[in-house]
Amino acid sequence: MIPGPFDYQVASSVAEAIALLDQHGADAKVLAGGHSLIPLLRFRLASPAVLVDINRLRDLEYLQEADGTLHIGALTREVDLEASDLIRRRYPILADTARVIADPVVRNWATIGGNLAHADPANDHPATMLALGAQLVATGPAGQRLIPVEQFFTDSSFETTLQPNELLTEIRIPAPAERSGGAYLKLERKVGDYAIAGVAAYVALDGAGQVTYAGIGLTNVGPTPIKARAAEQLLLGSTLDDAVIVQAAKQAAAEARPVSDLRGPADYKRAMVETLTMRALRQARSRATGGA
Amino acid sequence: MSIHHIRVTINGKLYEGDVEARTLLVHWLRDGLRLTGTHIGCDTSSCGACTILVDGKAVKSCTMLAVQADGRELLTVEGLEQNGKLHPLQEGFHVEHALQCGYCTPGMMMAALALLKRNPDPSEQEIREGISGNLCRCTGYVNIVKAIQYAAQKLREPEQVPAGSGGGGE
Amino acid sequence: MTTTNAGPHVHGLGEPYKRKEDARFIRGKGNYVDDIQLPGMLYADIVRSPYAHALIKSIDISKALQVPGVVAVITGKDLEAAGLAWMPTLSGDTEAVLAVDRVLYQMQEVAFVVAESRYAAADGAAAVEVDYEPLPVVVDPQKALAPDAPLLRPDKKDRQPTNQIYHWETGDRAATDAAFAEAEQNGVVVRQDMYVPRIHPAPIETCGCVADYNAATSKLTVWMTSQAPHAHRTLFAIVSGLPEHRIRVISPDVGGGFGNKVPIYPGYVCAVVAALKTGRPVKWIEDRTENLTSTGFARDYHIHAEIAADKEGTVKALRVYTLADHGAFDAAAQPTKFPAGLFHICTGSYDFKQAHVAVDAVHTNKAPGGIAYRCSFRVTEASYLIERMMDTLAREVGKDPAQIRLQNFIKPEAFPYRSALGWTYDSGNYERALRLAMEKIGYEELRREQAEKRARGELMGIGISSFTEIVGAGPGKHFDIAGIQMFDSCEIRVHPTGKVLARIGVQTQGQGHETTFAQIIAAELGISPDDVDVEHGDTDTAPYGLGTYASRSTPVGGAATAVAARKIRDKARKIAAYLLEVGEEDLEWEPGRFYVRGSPSKGKTIQEIAFAAYTNCPPYLEPGLEAVNYYDPPNLTYPFGSYICVVDIDRGTGEVHIRRFLAVDDCGTVINPMIVEGQIHGGLTQGLAPALYEQLAYDEDGNVLGSNFQDYLIPTAIETPRWETDRTVTPSPHHPIGAKGVGESPTVGAPQAIANAVVDALAHVGVRHIDIPITPWKVWAILKEKGLATA
Repeated sequence: MIPGPFDYQVASSVAEAIALLDQHGADAKVLAGGHSLIPLLRFRLASPAVLVDINRLRDLEYLQEADGTLHIGALTREVDLEASDLIRRRYPILADTARVIADPVVRNWATIGGNLAHADPANDHPATMLALGAQLVATGPAGQRLIPVEQFFTDSSFETTLQPNELLTEIRIPAPAERSGGAYLKLERKVGDYAIAGVAAYVALDGAGQVTYAGIGLTNVGPTPIKARAAEQLLLGSTLDDAVIVQAAKQAAAEARPVSDLRGPADYKRAMVETLTMRALRQARSRATGGA
Repeated sequence: MSIHHIRVTINGKLYEGDVEARTLLVHWLRDGLRLTGTHIGCDTSSCGACTILVDGKAVKSCTMLAVQADGRELLTVEGLEQNGKLHPLQEGFHVEHALQCGYCTPGMMMAALALLKRNPDPSEQEIREGISGNLCRCTGYVNIVKAIQYAAQKLREPEQVPAGSGGGGE
Repeated sequence: MTTTNAGPHVHGLGEPYKRKEDARFIRGKGNYVDDIQLPGMLYADIVRSPYAHALIKSIDISKALQVPGVVAVITGKDLEAAGLAWMPTLSGDTEAVLAVDRVLYQMQEVAFVVAESRYAAADGAAAVEVDYEPLPVVVDPQKALAPDAPLLRPDKKDRQPTNQIYHWETGDRAATDAAFAEAEQNGVVVRQDMYVPRIHPAPIETCGCVADYNAATSKLTVWMTSQAPHAHRTLFAIVSGLPEHRIRVISPDVGGGFGNKVPIYPGYVCAVVAALKTGRPVKWIEDRTENLTSTGFARDYHIHAEIAADKEGTVKALRVYTLADHGAFDAAAQPTKFPAGLFHICTGSYDFKQAHVAVDAVHTNKAPGGIAYRCSFRVTEASYLIERMMDTLAREVGKDPAQIRLQNFIKPEAFPYRSALGWTYDSGNYERALRLAMEKIGYEELRREQAEKRARGELMGIGISSFTEIVGAGPGKHFDIAGIQMFDSCEIRVHPTGKVLARIGVQTQGQGHETTFAQIIAAELGISPDDVDVEHGDTDTAPYGLGTYASRSTPVGGAATAVAARKIRDKARKIAAYLLEVGEEDLEWEPGRFYVRGSPSKGKTIQEIAFAAYTNCPPYLEPGLEAVNYYDPPNLTYPFGSYICVVDIDRGTGEVHIRRFLAVDDCGTVINPMIVEGQIHGGLTQGLAPALYEQLAYDEDGNVLGSNFQDYLIPTAIETPRWETDRTVTPSPHHPIGAKGVGESPTVGAPQAIANAVVDALAHVGVRHIDIPITPWKVWAILKEKGLATA
């Protein structure tokens, strides 16, 4: 499995990366961690004319909270999300997600930006970002624009609303409200696999214990990452009791659009969305109310 | 197809050469530099036989281009032994019988090295997670876990591990 | 550990000696085929069919020849012109080296591109244009037998007019049928269909070779990933017409084999042809997809099994019908004289008075193979069926699976035991192994826990497998490759200073022969294993042998080694008698030394004797101290064991969690307990794999699903439990040191322990069988059907 020929250019700044993308347009592919792209090249399923390597852009590797927002540089490696005290303490759903992506060696090099921008419905971060209501920063020749994550993915697999000359540079996540919490659960055939199904759930409660925010994202049960909007609606205003969790889980399953494949039949995957949603919501509730 | 001149420090020694953009790092190491201790077992970054350290982090060298290594510091299995002294991981793999055909062994040791750098006192579960990107078809992992525990202890308290109970090889 | 008949302690045997071969591997200094780089070497890539069944209308290589670096492109027509388009398989079929006019399975070899680099070869392969006309695809072996099925092998329609390769049966059909008729009336009959799916050994090193032809010496050297270098040399000579002494096959370090590296594959033959054609060395290395999709698969047996028993569950007769899917060519790497290999070991550990087995083998549009993946030619399928059936019988008569086994085991005093299907088991004590396993795992306590959990709605299962293996091919009367009987060999040279070089005909792929064979010699000669180097794998230097698979190294090669060492000792005795000026009969042996009976201080060490063999040899003896033995074993060996697996099932997801797995093995005399335990750990993991994860599935168009390691699911350290082991020792009475071989026992014995545990967890709701691999969705579908699924 040998890649076909291509040119390679290394970007030494975000501006340079964008200039290169602007120059090459759709013939160019951004090379970040490369764990999706390089296997595609090796199987000759992708044949870009030029790779723009952004791995030297150390200023895109950061995790910081400022102004009520968590800012994650797009080139942040999964291992840094997994290991960060800040993430483990304040955003455990992100640590949940990072630690089930591929395997630990892959996570040393794979990036959060790549996981999102590849727009693979089987990737794990999209569901979590949908649950969290993240915003993505796209930087292009004209500067930056903010894309709400639900507008980042299109109706097609492997497609985003990024322009060919734009680079995903940052992910912004609202800092957690006082009584909020979330969890990401992934069912996989074995370690290193894509999800049979994955569910991210995030909730915020008010002082009376009523749900003021609910986010549910689904992994690999449809052509794109799925935001289970109707399930979220069921939760809003509820006290997140077991009955509503059961109901929301059923609703999330109804919103999944799985197909039968090597990861199991569609009805199984749909049922797993229900199981995982229930478990994720219970864990989210526990975390929101001070548990682990 | 662009050609690039790269300079890479491997096991403390500077190597340089011209590579095609598409040359995979593992092929440059093996075919170009004849550092054949790093192996290839799959095409999908699944097996970890090609694991090396790049700037101190374990990386699957089949999923990195050689040109990406330009200016970086690499460590391969050939660099584990220092001044004729085996690294505790090499010793542990021998003493605990953590290898059979030996093919996954270099990648497995490099993944373990990265794990121990991050976590000098891992639990069995943490070790199993740490090597879960590396496939072994011979050992069933039981003795690999023991070998990594052996090395972890030796790296923490160098004087307390008794020497291996005799036998061949070393 | 429970031991009988252990015999006197001998130096070297039974000790956990650290491996001699480790030194190079832990330094990254192993020498695998892809590590070899010769001056001027070319690299090859193979163009493969995207279709499972198609006619080749045309092949256009012109663009490929224009790719920079491409040196040559070889097609089936080129080979046909040289008479090399077809090659014999190990099962008497012929297989296309490169397809000439039709392809019969997806990923079949169509053209061979050689170039200056791997990269240029890949570019060249991508530039070969092949025009196919797709044909109807047959993937279901039952449909392959239908009268209107497309004939997949028109090339041999004269001798085989349908897709059926063979029908074979063995055992006493009439007596078996009579026993079933009796049981229908007065006893019980249990029946089960089961499928043992197509899987792949998938060693982490794929297959490959470097072929180098030296025109000046007319000598061909092939470094190849071979489990049987001598047999491969002979086959190369037969196929190519090159004189055998001008062919040298070298199997260097091999990165795992497990049966995958027994057959000869088209890539090897093409590399040789390309080396001859270009005059330069040619390297061919498979990628993972090629390995999984085109080289030796295993299993793929559709089994129907029936047991007749009395009302108490005492077995009377076994009846088995199997449909075997052999793929496009019958390339089953099985050297027995029986079409379905050793499948008729399927009466297992139980005292069946009657049995009958019938097997039909068919062609389908799938890759050829049918290799023995870490087992002896269908013994895994056999053991799986009988161990699953014994559980089914236990349910039927309302007995515990342990009880039904204890009740039906062949008794220790019955050995040597002749089975209803004609095998003579050498030795065994099955009850002792099972009782040890039950005691060690706390079987009764686990059953109590299971009952409590069941009452709470939790699902827990306990599975037993009390398997009997059959290993060690030969004897020659039962086994041959291309007519060569399956003996094995050892040649020992004792140097003047008493150091030893031994060369053996078997070929390690990780089993540790350099250590264990040194221990055998050390034990026989009373020297340190450090003083013995063991070499193998080079046909120019090693004595002829049939290679390593079927757990035959220790039973056959190990026996040859022990016998050769005894020949050395016999000659040493003659030299010692001469040196000590006494009669041979006056000498006593203690490890490392002969001494005069009654005068222990008067003696000669083996080192002194070795020196004398070269410096002061008795005039009536040849100088030197060397011996060779070619050993044809009188019988196979029959290792056995009892495994117990404990699983918990997640009712929300259907996931199976292995909580504990205990393996009690009996492989006779243990040479190196550390290595034996390592073999068991690895084999158990390769038994876990098909039980829960691995399968080479095909869709109805013949596309291979699971063609890379993202979809062919090899267990990692997370899925693999912490194996627990113990052993009993029942030596083989016919092996020189009593050893039986162990490498395959765990792979053979483990899948059914896991399957039995999962079925056991669900037995109370009437579940009797789940086909492996037991995926979460299969379990969940049952949970749902039985009203046990929760979220």
